[in-house]
Amino acid sequence: MQTAPAGAVLLWTDGSGMDIFLQQIINGLVLGSIYALVALGYTMVYGILGLINFAHGDLVMVGALVALTVLQAFFGSTLPVPLAIACATLAAMLVCMALGVTMERVAYRPLRRAPRLAPLITAIGVSILLQYSAALVWSKQYISLPEILKPEQFTVAGATFTDLQVFIFLLACGLMAALLWFIKHTRLGKAMRATEQNADVAGLMGIDINRIVAFTFLLGSALGAVAGVMVVLYYGLGHYYMGFMLGLKAFTAAVLGGIGKVHGAMLGGLLLGLIESLASGYIGDLTGGVLGSNYRDVFAFLVLVVVLVFRPSGLIGERSGERA
Amino acid sequence: MNRIQSLAAGWLFAAALIMQGCSKEEPPKPAPKAEAPPQETVVKIGVASPLTGPQAHIGIDIKNGVQLAVDDANAAGITIDGKKIKLELVAEDDEANPTKAATVAQKLVDAKVVAVVGHFNSGASIPASKIYSDAGIPQISPSSTNPKYTQQGFKTTFRVVANDDQQGPVDGKFALEKLKAKNIAVIDDSTAYGQGLADTFEATVKAGGAKVAAREHTTDKDTDFKAILTKIKGKKPDLIFFGGIDPQAGPMIKQMGELGIKAKFMGGDGIQTPNFIKLAGDAAAEGAMASMPGLPKDQMPGGMKFLEKFKAKFNADVELFAPMGYDAVFVFIEAMKRAKSTDPAKFLAEVAKTDYKGVIGPIAFDDKGDLKNGPVTVYAVKGGKWDTMEVVTPGGAPEAKPADAPAAAEPAKAAEPAKK
Repeated sequence: MQTAPAGAVLLWTDGSGMDIFLQQIINGLVLGSIYALVALGYTMVYGILGLINFAHGDLVMVGALVALTVLQAFFGSTLPVPLAIACATLAAMLVCMALGVTMERVAYRPLRRAPRLAPLITAIGVSILLQYSAALVWSKQYISLPEILKPEQFTVAGATFTDLQVFIFLLACGLMAALLWFIKHTRLGKAMRATEQNADVAGLMGIDINRIVAFTFLLGSALGAVAGVMVVLYYGLGHYYMGFMLGLKAFTAAVLGGIGKVHGAMLGGLLLGLIESLASGYIGDLTGGVLGSNYRDVFAFLVLVVVLVFRPSGLIGERSGERA
Repeated sequence: MNRIQSLAAGWLFAAALIMQGCSKEEPPKPAPKAEAPPQETVVKIGVASPLTGPQAHIGIDIKNGVQLAVDDANAAGITIDGKKIKLELVAEDDEANPTKAATVAQKLVDAKVVAVVGHFNSGASIPASKIYSDAGIPQISPSSTNPKYTQQGFKTTFRVVANDDQQGPVDGKFALEKLKAKNIAVIDDSTAYGQGLADTFEATVKAGGAKVAAREHTTDKDTDFKAILTKIKGKKPDLIFFGGIDPQAGPMIKQMGELGIKAKFMGGDGIQTPNFIKLAGDAAAEGAMASMPGLPKDQMPGGMKFLEKFKAKFNADVELFAPMGYDAVFVFIEAMKRAKSTDPAKFLAEVAKTDYKGVIGPIAFDDKGDLKNGPVTVYAVKGGKWDTMEVVTPGGAPEAKPADAPAAAEPAKAAEPAKK
């Protein structure tokens, strides 16, 4: 994190202070947890299939819109808010899991032995299909969340944050910890790791590859759905195109951390969130006003390029010869 | 098996491409032509605005205003040079995208419209205006406020609202004199409109002695402003001014509340919509201010009647610029009547000579195509609704009598605003 120390120096002279720095960190961590959850979907699928599932961001979008619809339906009813949110999350997860498994079965499984380019293009096609199907179902307008949440604010050391932010961050961390535990300590997790290492040999060892792959998609989609619900709760908005940029950033995060590794996705996600937040806040000061905060995406992708030049397999990726 | 599967995948992909292509088009539904009695000539009027996307509520509102005008005019019967005319509306969706706007403009020109009401965004009107100018088709924008739109030297560009060279200074003066703001942060959405308005506002407040603590940029697609707002929070401003449209402004003011920023919030016509309050939530939107070229709708000469007619026909409240779209159609009809022709080459000159009393007030254009004496009103959100604070008329006698509502102010050069 190169920007932090430089930023810290500037802000003492700038006078804006530690509280603003802390605030940006908090913003970055929350944003980063959302990126991390989505990045997990990318990284798990890549680890097992060697495929970059471009449609994953749009899957998150579908989850978000389903959750929005459910929450809008519950608005005004006597159902307590946490229960409504839980129902919305469940609905989103069910829809996303179904979509994810269908995607895999229809679009990717037949191309498992095809040259690498074929499933890649198919993924782009599925992405477009999901976007415009969503536009047909939900229209192209922004859909807003009804006012069901009134987040309480806390101020610590001058930085203001809400209980919603804390909830999102803790939930994301909890889910990631649960995933790590699952992969490490259960038989299914072991089977996933084995398939990742060498699918053919794992098949020879008696693992049903098709089921493991389908399960990976299931898991990734479920996490993506939760991320979608978080986005909806945090920003209060959803629309058919929101998956594109989110997916791109999450994919970037996965690559940044080291694609194929679950730890990498988590690290990459949090890191990218922090970089974006700090860059947004401090680019103006760092460049003397030449570049504004609207260059923060440029900055984020620039960091990606630099990391890949020096460490092509990502920050904690292993240098493996076969996988590109 | 593999070949069949890859063929299927290929068809799926092709189907996806076709779906994408289909959903982008807005097939216009022309009114049946041949049914009209043989003497009636059909004359096409085009309207271009974002009908899909985050700003669609404003674009559809404009289209509805124009539709209402076309229907009213047809119902009353139009006679030009002794011939009966029937108006037909050709509506196109420019998605608030400058590139799409140029495509849509060409489409309208090819459809042989005689006049265009559009576009909504300055960023769309400006590229489109070149195409209309080349074809000699008069264009009245109901809403574009960037000064460049009429400064390109085209004879076909007009607007029925004040431009940002008036709106920016009105906002700036309001901030300096009424809000007594000394430390101001300015954000824009990097579009022609947003950046232009923010620039004129910034120039005005700087000239007035206030400090501009921060100048930030976002885009017209963003929804996360926490980083920018956090940076601004550190500068402790009394006022945050946003040049942009309500899909950004709504979340922005909401996030301001979440970050505990106590500054006041002000914007231009792009945020002065009911949708802004809906997106921000009543609590967060309370106290937000916005300027809007034009009189308050209830003070417009034809305002109340228009609001009722609009609600009855479309079952929706007027969002923002529908009355301007409505008047634009009648400006064209009057010009055609005076020129005794529906040929754009002939009635274009008459459009420039317009002197028409419309729903929004008197409409006359200066030599560039800007509205003469266009008023600008400043509103504030009170109790979940936009309330009039002040009406500023540049030069000329005040036209509308003040409404009896206590919050309304008299339209005069230096108006007395109702204190918040």
